[in-house]
Amino acid sequence: MRRALRNSPRQDGPATLRRGFVTPEGVDLQLELGGAGTRASAFLIDVVLMLCVLVAASLGLFAFAVAARAELAGILWLIGAFCLRNGWFVLFETSGRGATPGKRLMGLRVIARDGARLTGGAVLARNAMREIEVFLPLSFLGAQAAMGTADAFLTIFALLWTGIFLFFPLFNRDRLRIGDLVAGTWVVQTGAHALAADLAMVDDRPRRAFPEAALRLYGEFELQALEDVIRGRDGLARTAVAATIRRKAGLPDDGDDDGFLTDYYAALCARLESGMLVGRRQTDKYGAAR
Amino acid sequence: MSAFVEAAPPLLNASRFRAAHEADWARLDVLLRRIEKRSVRALSEDDLLALPLLYRTTLSSLSVARETSLDRAVVDYLEQLCARAYFQLYGVSGSAWRDVRHFFTHGWPAAVASLWRETVVMAVLTVLGAIAAYWLVRSDPSWYYGIIPEALAGGRDPTASPEALRATLYKTQSDGLGTFAGFLFNHNAQIAIFAFALGFAFVVPTALLILYNGLMLGAMIAVFASKGLGPNFLAWLAIHGTTEMFAIIVSGAAGMRIGTAIAFPGGQSRMAALVQAGRTAAVAVAGVVLMLAVAAILEGIGRQVVTRDASRAAIGLAMLAVWLVYYYGIGRRHAARASQ
Repeated sequence: MRRALRNSPRQDGPATLRRGFVTPEGVDLQLELGGAGTRASAFLIDVVLMLCVLVAASLGLFAFAVAARAELAGILWLIGAFCLRNGWFVLFETSGRGATPGKRLMGLRVIARDGARLTGGAVLARNAMREIEVFLPLSFLGAQAAMGTADAFLTIFALLWTGIFLFFPLFNRDRLRIGDLVAGTWVVQTGAHALAADLAMVDDRPRRAFPEAALRLYGEFELQALEDVIRGRDGLARTAVAATIRRKAGLPDDGDDDGFLTDYYAALCARLESGMLVGRRQTDKYGAAR
Repeated sequence: MSAFVEAAPPLLNASRFRAAHEADWARLDVLLRRIEKRSVRALSEDDLLALPLLYRTTLSSLSVARETSLDRAVVDYLEQLCARAYFQLYGVSGSAWRDVRHFFTHGWPAAVASLWRETVVMAVLTVLGAIAAYWLVRSDPSWYYGIIPEALAGGRDPTASPEALRATLYKTQSDGLGTFAGFLFNHNAQIAIFAFALGFAFVVPTALLILYNGLMLGAMIAVFASKGLGPNFLAWLAIHGTTEMFAIIVSGAAGMRIGTAIAFPGGQSRMAALVQAGRTAAVAVAGVVLMLAVAAILEGIGRQVVTRDASRAAIGLAMLAVWLVYYYGIGRRHAARASQ
């Protein structure tokens, strides 16, 4: 198990949740996995929704039992409770969205790790495993509450044992729970967001020209950090960055930080891009200094 | 020194790239939003035909942007757009009805048939448990209380008179049948899913659960047999028991499949073996839930209506024959074809 986890594409540097995912066309989509906290929140939302459905259906069936047939209401409740507990996750995840309402709210989606279609078997497997991940620890806790401290040692052992199943996602890099492991699935973050404006094409106003020496200071890494600063809302950071660039390049302060940064970005981008097209990439400022 | 120049802004490759392809990306985005909000059926025929083309265009845009563009906004945008399009094109199953039909004609019987080795092991465990409990209780009736919990015995213990035991077999009650069947289904199906999931812990808990199931069976038979009611009890049990016991054994076999896949992955990597085993076994467990629904109807309603021993046994054996033909007649052929 450990070996196979290590085989998944690994990023350099600190552990991230980005994973390689190659489509049949041969393009790596670089998917982002859902974090443990996001997934726990999605599960809690689902549990709350299931409880709401259970309470509403129980009240409805109770009214039906009082008004008409008690036996039929009882049967419907028993079968409905089973279907709710086991079918909620399965039905929503086999639907086209691949996500329960909780997962949708948190922007998560279940996919097959091998890139193939998410089959019914996989969805069934990952959700049947909830039985030992969630309900087994809960039943031991329930037994403990019912028996008091009759056999505290045994209960502690049982909780430790089931805790391994419950907290399994925290023990591996891909945040796989046991259900994901058995079904071969991943839970990935999917968010639809609009295309951000092009920073280099603002308008037709006159632009600053920069000497070659000023542009040679930085590489691609700094360019993208600069993009973040310009797009961000932190005015203080923009002032600080503009001051640093001016100091390093020996440029005078003209009092317009935002205009300065945008022009510098466009000029730096043009320079790096022309280098890139002839095969000279500068990944960061250290590459630039050499 | 920086100086202002009136010249046109530097026309970047990235900007030209955006201008050339942005319309395609935007159209794909609109189509995807419509699918995500409602479903594929919300698209017109033209849109449906355009979708794969737009997906490929956008995917190639992503490759080009990664290699030639320093505009990270474009790469981020294209990554999420391609991922969403990929999920809609490759990740979703076509028609729910076809999937359901395939489950009944192929998936379910083939999955159970492919578990035959594990099924045999679990059946042997059940029989061993039954024989052991029968022998124990016949030699010393006090063993009975160690095997069957009092709530489940319901007065059917070694001290009960033959008349009382006979009454439990043939007494018919007219009301509450449906509720009883519903309760049985809910309880048994949950246990079956549990037995499957426990297989992950290297089969040990699953095997114990199945063995215990056999022990309870043997202890019950011993009590009735000691009062000369053995055949009557077996007929009482057979009407639903052939289906129910078979279902529990299959769910144990499904659990055993995932447990052994972790312990002994064979030629595959452990993860690959586990995934293959898990997906097959889960389909079998879905079938087990349906079997238990049938068993609950037979037990809750059929057994109360049919009280003659011969007809009870006949129904039970007929059900067993149906399951055997379905799994090992129809299912085995599909399983063999799938593995070729």
